Amino acid sequence: MSRIAQRFEQLKAQGRTALIPFVTAGDPGPATTVPLMHAMVEAGADIIELGVPFSDPMADGPVIQRATERALAQGVRLADVLEIVRAFRERDNETPVVLMGYLNPIEIMGYTAFAERANAAGVDGALIVDLPPEEGHELVTTLKAQGLDLVYLLAPTSTEDRIRRIGTVASGFVYYVSVKGVTGAANLDTADVAEHLARIRATVDLPVGVGFGIRDAETAARVAEVADAVIVGSAIVGRIEALVETPERIPETVGAFLAELRAAIDSVR
Amino acid sequence: MAINADTRQAEHLESGRAAAYDLPDASGHFGPYGGLFVPETLMHPLEELRLAYERCKADPDFQAEMDADLRDYVGRPSPLYHAERWSRELGGAQIYLKREDLNHTGAHKVNNTIGQALLAKRMGKTRIIAETGAGQHGVASATVAARLGLECVVYMGEVDVARQEANVYRMRLLGARVVPVTSGSRTLKDALNEAMRDWVTNIDDTFYIIGTVAGPHPYPMMVRDFQTVIGREARAQMLERTGRLPDALVACVGGGSNAIGLFHPFIADTDVAIYGVEAGGAGIETGHHAAPLCAGRPGVLHGNRTYLMEDDNGQIIETHSISAGLDYPGVGPEHAWLKDSGRAQYVSITDDEALAAFHHLTRTEGIIPALESSHALAYAHKLAPTLRPDQSILVNLSGRGDKDMHTVARHDGLVL
Ligand SMILES: Cc1ncc(COP(=O)(O)O)c(C=O)c1O
Repeated sequence: MSRIAQRFEQLKAQGRTALIPFVTAGDPGPATTVPLMHAMVEAGADIIELGVPFSDPMADGPVIQRATERALAQGVRLADVLEIVRAFRERDNETPVVLMGYLNPIEIMGYTAFAERANAAGVDGALIVDLPPEEGHELVTTLKAQGLDLVYLLAPTSTEDRIRRIGTVASGFVYYVSVKGVTGAANLDTADVAEHLARIRATVDLPVGVGFGIRDAETAARVAEVADAVIVGSAIVGRIEALVETPERIPETVGAFLAELRAAIDSVR
Repeated sequence: MAINADTRQAEHLESGRAAAYDLPDASGHFGPYGGLFVPETLMHPLEELRLAYERCKADPDFQAEMDADLRDYVGRPSPLYHAERWSRELGGAQIYLKREDLNHTGAHKVNNTIGQALLAKRMGKTRIIAETGAGQHGVASATVAARLGLECVVYMGEVDVARQEANVYRMRLLGARVVPVTSGSRTLKDALNEAMRDWVTNIDDTFYIIGTVAGPHPYPMMVRDFQTVIGREARAQMLERTGRLPDALVACVGGGSNAIGLFHPFIADTDVAIYGVEAGGAGIETGHHAAPLCAGRPGVLHGNRTYLMEDDNGQIIETHSISAGLDYPGVGPEHAWLKDSGRAQYVSITDDEALAAFHHLTRTEGIIPALESSHALAYAHKLAPTLRPDQSILVNLSGRGDKDMHTVARHDGLVL
């Protein structure tokens, strides 16, 4: 069983909802990320999503775009992100790490090389924003051969057909994008999310995470009522941005924010 | 000149034509290129778009409405002009210019925006968005939006806003909101990213009019279909005028829409050589150019797999060209396929060569070409002397140069 599947099993046994923070690897500099990852785990993160910087992040809002630009300016590329995960694994062999990004850096590294190097570094899965199942067959197969999960997105616009199809190819968990929009969008409608999740659960036999638009303890708690995992990105990255001049304060500040989210999520069950 | 399905069929039956070329396949691929590389949120809307487009394509009313608009509003068919003086001077092949510069709004771009805007209306969309580099596609989108009473937002890189001021003002006059894009390299590719972000957010009421044969399926196919009016007309005009097909076709390639529009109806005519001209900027060897087919490699960007300007880590790199409309790191996937299959050849022309051709055509024929089109002219200038006077070259004069007055003047040390 993959580390991701194991983690969801444990959580289920404990009756808890997962908290999955997203940060862009190498933002604001490559030295920040590993200590930040450990701090997030200490504060209650169950799985970590690590953004791989790409020059053309077409699904991201301004906050994550700027984080991407900061990381790229520091020279952080896919190979460096793998190195960050390897360094994280020196002290943490439990917490699943999922890379989130765009296809092109993986295309250029080569699917097989990527799968092998990611597995060797201790990566557990990948979520490729611009790779729908129609185009994903070869990568899924290559990743599976290395025991890596390919996490797929579902959206408010996904039809029954698409949900079923994605359910059969996804592994680890599925990621429901709660709003039509880019990362950091603000108009989360929890009743609407609940309705869509019911539809998804009827056909998909994997844990369902919800992300996009969760910005504070209150929205996290509301989403925790219906989801298996609460995914928070821009709200964290925005806090990192506020501290680019004093990066040593980032782990503590983000840790404190995650602890708040953790408490809110745990309060609903 | 509305060429109907019957004449198209008849053309296929002419001798000397290779087997019918029928790409993309059902899933939007041209061999390994093209496809649909977009976030899940866009997948169903793109399927709806494909279905709506296929319905319209088969609907005689839609086709009739489009043909009427192209005739009465755009001014089609555009003339075929024999550049006799220039041809004589070069002492080789006869050069014919397909005069897309004479279209309403001054470039080929409007052929596509007319089609997509009619489709938007049929789909009940009330808001149009577009990306633009040189501003020609933005102007063509703002124009059709004004005519159909649709709201229009145009995304344009901050760098391009500065170098194409006149077009920015034209768009505003037409009632469009021009949004300067400040992310990334602040040029066309970033405008496309921003338009995609808008679309994913406003998917219910918004139609995204992509300005070239790039983006996810069905855009490369749909934009091509709307632009093939260029090649269908030109093919018939050449046959009528000279009694034979041209020996070579030449068109500039940014995203590749004017080029594929000219090339596509000739693909099966294997005796016709096809040349796509990319922007060589300061020279391919300097790395400062926008020539992915000549000097890039395959990758995935903006919804499709194609040749890209990218580094060893898969990051898209900045492009350089004197012409904003060619300043794009990717290229339509069908061109990638035509390159690999050997059916078309892709070459490059530097900024300086394009400028020389700009001045040359202006002085010799009294036609001021767009800087984009000047790249095609510069290549024809090289090619013509290698052919005989009884041979011919058909060049797509994709647009007029009015928008480029400031750029050219600045190059000549003048400020207008
Ligand atoms: C006159 C003209 N020609 C060519 C182009 C390049 O686009 P494409 O390669 O799609 O024809 C542009 C783009 O703005 C243009 O304005």
